[in-house]
Amino acid sequence: MKVVLQNLTKKYPSRNKNSRGEVVAVNDFSFEIPDGQLIGLLGPSGCGKSTTLNLLSGLQKPTSGRIFFGDDDVTRLPAEKRGVGVVFQNYALYPHLTVLQNILFPLQNLKGKDRLSKSAMLEKANEVARLVQIDGLMDRRPSELSGGQQQRVAIARALVKMPRILLMDEPLSNLDARLRLQTREEIRRIQRETKITTVFVTHDQDEAMSISDMIVVMKDGVVQQIGKPQEVYDDPVNLFVAKFLGTPPINVFRGSVRGGRLYIGEDVLLRVNGVPDQQVFVGIRPEGFVLNDRGAFGCALGRVEVMGRDISVVAAHPNAESPTVRAIISAENRANVAAGEVRFDVKPGKVFLFNQATQERIRFKTDGRGSDT
Amino acid sequence: MDKKSMKGWLYLLPAILFLGFFLVYPLIDVFIYSFEEGYNSASQTYYGVGLYNYAYVLRDPYFLQAVKNTFILVIITVPVSTGLALLISVGLSSIKPLRNLYQTVYFLPYVTNTLAVGLVFMILFKQTPYTDGLVNLILGWFGAGPVDFIDGPYWAKMFVLCFYTVWVVMPFKILILTSALASVNQSYYNAAKVDGTSRLRVFTKISLPMISPTVFYLIITGFIGAFKAYSDAVALFGANLNAAGMNTIVGYVYDMLYGDSGGYPSFASAAAIILFAIVLTITCINLLVSRKHVHYE
Repeated sequence: MKVVLQNLTKKYPSRNKNSRGEVVAVNDFSFEIPDGQLIGLLGPSGCGKSTTLNLLSGLQKPTSGRIFFGDDDVTRLPAEKRGVGVVFQNYALYPHLTVLQNILFPLQNLKGKDRLSKSAMLEKANEVARLVQIDGLMDRRPSELSGGQQQRVAIARALVKMPRILLMDEPLSNLDARLRLQTREEIRRIQRETKITTVFVTHDQDEAMSISDMIVVMKDGVVQQIGKPQEVYDDPVNLFVAKFLGTPPINVFRGSVRGGRLYIGEDVLLRVNGVPDQQVFVGIRPEGFVLNDRGAFGCALGRVEVMGRDISVVAAHPNAESPTVRAIISAENRANVAAGEVRFDVKPGKVFLFNQATQERIRFKTDGRGSDT
Repeated sequence: MDKKSMKGWLYLLPAILFLGFFLVYPLIDVFIYSFEEGYNSASQTYYGVGLYNYAYVLRDPYFLQAVKNTFILVIITVPVSTGLALLISVGLSSIKPLRNLYQTVYFLPYVTNTLAVGLVFMILFKQTPYTDGLVNLILGWFGAGPVDFIDGPYWAKMFVLCFYTVWVVMPFKILILTSALASVNQSYYNAAKVDGTSRLRVFTKISLPMISPTVFYLIITGFIGAFKAYSDAVALFGANLNAAGMNTIVGYVYDMLYGDSGGYPSFASAAAIILFAIVLTITCINLLVSRKHVHYE
């Protein structure tokens, strides 16, 4: 089922009665979700991603804008008529019912001709239970299950009525790190098998990047960028998106463009053709550094962390926005990094320039290293 | 005994002393009196020891009337008041505008003086030479004859007593149930809404099980409270309850001690122990039944 959001806006009246201001939770959100895709809504707390999810489920009504499921306009349709399955952040499993009863619950709500016979209900419940691999736990109560198992039950309950779309609110946030990795693969598999258009909300970029077909990065109710995870990572439209995606995070420096060359301090990093002279923010991904004794960019060495496959060089630079600069280098490049200063070359594709006022991306063409050595 | 536990006992001492003097000691005493025939509290003497007190009390028509009255009161008021309180609480928690106003209105009986309540019931039900009372006035519109609710037939008096009791105990139940309902996590209701659950089903399958510990608490305390009823009957029918045929077990105990037929602490003790046994039995049955229907998270 294709899902279309048209200029979706949700405003809340201000909490403070004296001020007239409104809180805009979601601002003019337009997006067409292709059928059968897994979409990650990504952003920091309070960016409006959960509100967007609630607008999709019908638990909240938009202030303006429209929502279509396929060709149906569901904007004014109440939640129970939309045919959505929702996995809540705390799972909201009914604690007094067994796993089986929990899964059967949505089916038992159906009336009239939609209502299945008892045996058909059981069969369906068992079918989804097998899909999420909890068929051995049907007689337990939620309190007797681990977090990961509860999460599967919640997914099964959302799927059993064959929803038109599946919505998940922070589906992994209540799980420990190992289980999180395992469960996200599981969500991916289940989504692939059922082919149900799925939207999930997360503040964890790792989670969103790893399983989504597309990610939507939001901030303060405004969509910043929509795209395939790798595309968004490789081509962020502004400083916020660049900073939000990637672990370890991108290194940001204050730099300047003078005469077609990019400077950080006195070091010339790159030739940047076609960029007028200005002060800029320079974002360099940790993997964008290459160790080179005669490299263009010098930093004060802090320490070297060896993490098996990679070496992480932690350095400092007076122009950096954060106290440390982190460079990730493949462990084979065991260069001499014992000295007080460490020098790098940078990979042009991993360097992004941003306008200092608007923080928008400044695109540039380069033909390599800026200095003439 | 080490220093730390000494300190603990010291803090507990006031409560232990008070409870010991005024609760535990009398309780044991009552138990003993109930087996001492013709105990006289002034001379501290008695004729003999045995089950005569129990035999007498259990054959006393006034006591049997009191037991019957109490049981009818319990069986009617506990389910009715709990059920009504549940309905009103669910109603209260599903409305938004004027909710606080309604909540206050429903809580008012709790803070109203018993005598004032008695007066209101008098106006509603009592027949005087000048008026038949408000309820009779309304009954008259439907062609039903005037009924003397205070001095009339047994069923009418019992109706008034039950009505009064329900009305008096409901505010507390509503208060407790409303807060219990408010503490149910909203996401359960959201989940139910998304799945298209009907309101009745939300109530029976989600709200009720979720607040079942509270409902159970109210039922148990309701049973105990109703078994101990006395003052309500006095407020409605005056101090001579035996004459009105509206005595309760606690009323019987009181009358045996201080009433016209007073001065019989042994009989009073036996009656009190019988009441204790009844309440204990009912509470145990409640506990057994609840094990199946109450869900603790």
